[in-house]
Amino acid sequence: MSTTVKDDTARNEAAEKVAAEKPRLEFGGAWKYAPSPEATDHVEIAPRYGLFIGGRFVPPRSKKHFPTINPATEEALSEVADAGAADVDAAVRAAEEAHRRRWSKLSPAARGKYIYRIARLIQEKSRALAVLETMNGGKPIKESRDVDVPLAAAHFFYYAGWADKLSWAFRGRRAESLGVCGQIIPWNFPLLMAAWKIAPALACGNTVVLKPAETTPLTALALAEVCREADLPPGVVNVVTGAGETGAHVVNHPGVAKIAFTGSTEVGKVIQRAVAGTGKRLTLELGGKAANIVFEDAAIDQAVEGIVNGIYFNQGHVCCAGSRLLVQESIEPVVRRKLAHRIATLRLGNPLDKNTDVGAINSGAQLAKIRELVQSGVDEGAELHQSACAIPVKGFWFPPTFFTGVAQSHRIAREEIFGPVLAVMTFRTPEEAVEKANNTPYGLSAGVWTDKGSKIFQVSSRLRAGVVWANTFNKFDPASPFGGYKESGFGREGGVQGLREYVELRA
Amino acid sequence: MSMSAAVPVLDLSLVPRVDAVGVEERAAALGKRSIKKEAKRSGIRLAISMLDLTTLEGKDSEGKVRQLCRKAVRPLPADPTVPHVAAVCVYPNLVPVAKDALAGSGVKVASVATGFPAGLVPLPVKLDETRRAVAMGADEVDMVIDRGAFLSGGFTAVFEEIAAVKAACGPAHLKVILETGELETYDNVRKASHLAMAAGADFIKTSTGKVVPAATPAVVLVMLEAIRDHYFETGRRVGLKPAGGIRTSKQALHLLVLVKETLGDAWLTPDLFRIGASTVTNDLLMQLAKESSGRYQSADYFTKD
Repeated sequence: MSTTVKDDTARNEAAEKVAAEKPRLEFGGAWKYAPSPEATDHVEIAPRYGLFIGGRFVPPRSKKHFPTINPATEEALSEVADAGAADVDAAVRAAEEAHRRRWSKLSPAARGKYIYRIARLIQEKSRALAVLETMNGGKPIKESRDVDVPLAAAHFFYYAGWADKLSWAFRGRRAESLGVCGQIIPWNFPLLMAAWKIAPALACGNTVVLKPAETTPLTALALAEVCREADLPPGVVNVVTGAGETGAHVVNHPGVAKIAFTGSTEVGKVIQRAVAGTGKRLTLELGGKAANIVFEDAAIDQAVEGIVNGIYFNQGHVCCAGSRLLVQESIEPVVRRKLAHRIATLRLGNPLDKNTDVGAINSGAQLAKIRELVQSGVDEGAELHQSACAIPVKGFWFPPTFFTGVAQSHRIAREEIFGPVLAVMTFRTPEEAVEKANNTPYGLSAGVWTDKGSKIFQVSSRLRAGVVWANTFNKFDPASPFGGYKESGFGREGGVQGLREYVELRA
Repeated sequence: MSMSAAVPVLDLSLVPRVDAVGVEERAAALGKRSIKKEAKRSGIRLAISMLDLTTLEGKDSEGKVRQLCRKAVRPLPADPTVPHVAAVCVYPNLVPVAKDALAGSGVKVASVATGFPAGLVPLPVKLDETRRAVAMGADEVDMVIDRGAFLSGGFTAVFEEIAAVKAACGPAHLKVILETGELETYDNVRKASHLAMAAGADFIKTSTGKVVPAATPAVVLVMLEAIRDHYFETGRRVGLKPAGGIRTSKQALHLLVLVKETLGDAWLTPDLFRIGASTVTNDLLMQLAKESSGRYQSADYFTKD
């Protein structure tokens, strides 16, 4: 009896020794980074904002305001106006008048001049805009500083250049402006989405009523201030803040010639029904469930970086996020190991800290949705892998997460989570990879990772997605068109293609 | 010793490819880490403790090496809490001088060998030089690989040469210099890293310091990733020594960030990470003094050795 115990003890000790010797990496406290928060004292936030209509900030006729918070602290930053039907009507009328009297009559070069001015002002104010974006949205300052704000300026620069070259863009035809464009944008890239919407609209001679997302109105209001400083004629850009109801007023207003919406597929469908038969033009940029396909011959360490960038960039609040990883079965164990190590190094916390990689979830509602879907993944039997990072007490947070052993039928493989959660699946043949990648109602983006050039073309040409990245992910450029297949929407933003959505072509 | 049995273990076709755009992007992103206050102070001290203070010139004198050794033991005379560097790296003929000057200090003596910097001498000469350097007191040997052989596909020859030098080192630690500036592609850097580790390198080292480019952040990252894979394949921790072109504290801290976020805590020690440099020392000391006084001091306050 006692010998058995002894043997077991010896065996356990031996097992422990093997476990102790098993290679593993520790990402702990050997050398810690000190906090390095970006200063906020240079950012002016008013205690209360009105609506930007006709070139002025005016109090809402609705007389209603609502608080806007910092999702990393849950502290209120300011109050913004809740625009009602009368407010939206005033904004559309201001835009109509500005279009009729000023903007459509200006020489194209003069329009370009104003847009260039906006671009330069964004650059001049880039530091304050980045801090404001991070405070209101929760994204890491390194992203708002290095991605959102520079790209927003780049979009204005790019489309400023097109303003007087429309006859070149549409050879042999005359490009006429549409009129008032109602533009409704999401909370994941508030300033950048405003730029994507406003810049091409203005370049083509349209005027704009912009409705920023309910949770992230502050940089759109800062952009309104930029428009004013740029001396943009009153009414060319109007900003109405509010929730879904305000957006519905914009969509349903008879004075609006075109609706451009970026947001969820669910709301996109509602909008499409609402504008059916009205003669309004419509472009929709909706959800996604992108497949990131990693072949065994890929540059594996860079592919892991791409996977991380694809899903954890902006906490996964990215419509084109690479939220489904399709990895060739032979390298799945290695990719899984490398991914686990890599998410251990992701720094979650104060979004204003310059070393933060993963910021706050944008809202409590979004956090609840992420938690629900992650729970469904656990319940349906996928294996959960999560960073053990510390979670701040206040604010909305979710640690970088991935699931292995995911089936195509799992909710986490089919529904857009819009959070830092990756579903990992394997495939054996390229055929199977393409089939699985396309087996989704969405079709916004995809990624292909292989060191073999011919395979990139073979695979990417068969993917039903508007954007396919090869050996990289989440790369954006104003010159490159962006948009979806299937339920990810229609219409393109960016590039010369983006102009087409904002003009009426005549012979 | 027979190396032929060991060669088939390493199939270089299985070595992962490297995407140049991706690896440069990642290396640059890690250069944007904001290292302030306590992180900067402790990072600089750590970097100093990892230095291989180096002088490899034809005109090196006994006096110069003695001065360098003095600096190695006590980098900042005014502040005895600043740690000594890891090693002093010299040509073989100056090993006895360094050995004598560093006796009892804890600072190691490293010697270049194997026909440094080109490595274009016959193998017996390389082995003899290695043995002599160790006999003269070198704790560590920094060898160069035969880049010509590597680039022409003579991987077996390179492997066998490294393994033979390792054997000739006896108890001395072997650092294998790949001279990445002459390997042209990251794929080659990655291959050469695996080759050197499989052949027995205790450390892999980027450069001789005689060729530009040298220890670029991307090359360092590729080698760190190779070390990581080797560790998971074999359980053996191999060290890394970037050398050449490292002149500023910012560069040194960038290297520490690359190590911290690729290999983690275990590698943040002079046993597994070294920085081959000389001019960076005074910039590290100047930054350290600035961190405590709040002001930059004149370069004249730091010894030039």
